[in-house]
Amino acid sequence: MLIDEKGIRTDGRKWNELRPIKMEVGVLKNADGSCYIEFGKNKIMVAVYGPKEVHPRHMALSDRCLLRCRYHMSPFSTTTRKNPAPSRREIEISKVLREALEPSLILEDYPRTAIDVFVEILQSDGGSRCAGITAASVALADAGINMRDLVSAVAVGKVDGKIVLDLNDVEDKEGEADMPVAIMPNLNRVTLFQFEGILTKEEFEKAYELALKSVKKIYKIQREALYEKYFEGEVKVE
Amino acid sequence: MSMVKRSAIVDKLRRKRMLELLAEGKRIDGRGPLDYRKLEVEIGAIEKAEGSALVTLGNTKVVAGVKVKVEEPFPDTPDKGILIVNAEVLPVASAYAEPGPPDENAIELSRVTDRGVRASGMVDLSKLVIVEGKWVYSIFVDVSVLNTDGNLFDATSYAVVSALLNAKIPKYVFEDGEVKETGEVMPLPISNVPISVTMASIEDKLVVDPNGEEEGVMDARLTLVVDEEGRLCAGQKGGSGSLRPEKLMEAVEIAINKSKEIRKVIEEAVKVGKA
Repeated sequence: MLIDEKGIRTDGRKWNELRPIKMEVGVLKNADGSCYIEFGKNKIMVAVYGPKEVHPRHMALSDRCLLRCRYHMSPFSTTTRKNPAPSRREIEISKVLREALEPSLILEDYPRTAIDVFVEILQSDGGSRCAGITAASVALADAGINMRDLVSAVAVGKVDGKIVLDLNDVEDKEGEADMPVAIMPNLNRVTLFQFEGILTKEEFEKAYELALKSVKKIYKIQREALYEKYFEGEVKVE
Repeated sequence: MSMVKRSAIVDKLRRKRMLELLAEGKRIDGRGPLDYRKLEVEIGAIEKAEGSALVTLGNTKVVAGVKVKVEEPFPDTPDKGILIVNAEVLPVASAYAEPGPPDENAIELSRVTDRGVRASGMVDLSKLVIVEGKWVYSIFVDVSVLNTDGNLFDATSYAVVSALLNAKIPKYVFEDGEVKETGEVMPLPISNVPISVTMASIEDKLVVDPNGEEEGVMDARLTLVVDEEGRLCAGQKGGSGSLRPEKLMEAVEIAINKSKEIRKVIEEAVKVGKA
């Protein structure tokens, strides 16, 4: 039983409610851009380095910047210790994360250089890739990289036969379906989509629409975090 | 992994030409947007494997083989057998494939294929237990990509599914305190057949079964896996571009329709292979 008879989930949320989100911009002194996010029990640090010289040099692209992304979970981030070597899961997530961020960046502005994005999961709680993308996009903005839009991400899924927003750890593991989605909210374009589980076409559409709608709330929190650093809270996001 | 030789200028020209053709509902190799290339499935191509399939999709060619071991179950699933899907792009597959451990593309390919098979519940793993918590069947499906010309995701998935449908595994029993081979064989406990449908999005125009040239210029790749009841069971967007939100629901519609056609080809090939 992950949803009780009143429709309340294990952590007290309703079906369409997000977990509490806190973001802080520019938290690492060495990085060109950084962002720390708490998304439910997820605690994630993102650092952006670059544009910088490319090593090894043959990797450099003559017409645009090389974007590199590493999603990594700390050994203490999970219930049982995670081996620090990158797993196949982490390699796949690093790839989809890069592909989720790439459409938002104007990489043609920085030919022959590289930008590194490091997403370090300090504590994981389901939905860490979405929280990671959300924070990484803000860290890229903090680094002053030319961008078309921010990228905001959230997962939807099916738990106890019901479509729900933002799956936590248990819901992710025991639920019937999980669908992380990332959007550029102003351009209205999908940059990440993954899905696992069983959904009818109708359920799929309902879940997907819930994700498209809810991602706007995340976008607002991203902007508030950037306004907080750059306008010191004097200008408010409307 | 799209291992057609790349050049930025040629890609640009190719993309322009493809878009001109797509405006008339045509593709660079003469197909319509929703046409697959010729799909051939040869069942039981590798006699020493417990199950196997050689899949040819246009010029893309992959072979899958099933091997079985008796092992201890994973500690968190003592009442379930083990299923492991792994795909590798061999150096024979193209001038740009290199030997060595699988790169991120091959890992994504393995994991997305595995996701479709697992989420659909294709193999009933609860029926692959010999002694609960002690001994279970471990089913390995390894895929070798032999030639690449786009859409490795569908070719790999069809090969894995066909090899599993074709498999006859040795039967083991637990007697006098040990696991013994009976000398008999049995088919795998199959409860669903997932079908993968992959599309490329080029300026928000969707085409199914992209070839190598199309993958070279596409904005994004979209794979959706459909089960026997027409439900969605796995999906993945790949590629460095983006797509309009409505395009995903259009892709779902296409995947549900196209999966019926592919399902027939695979079922027929498995039937012929068994006879």
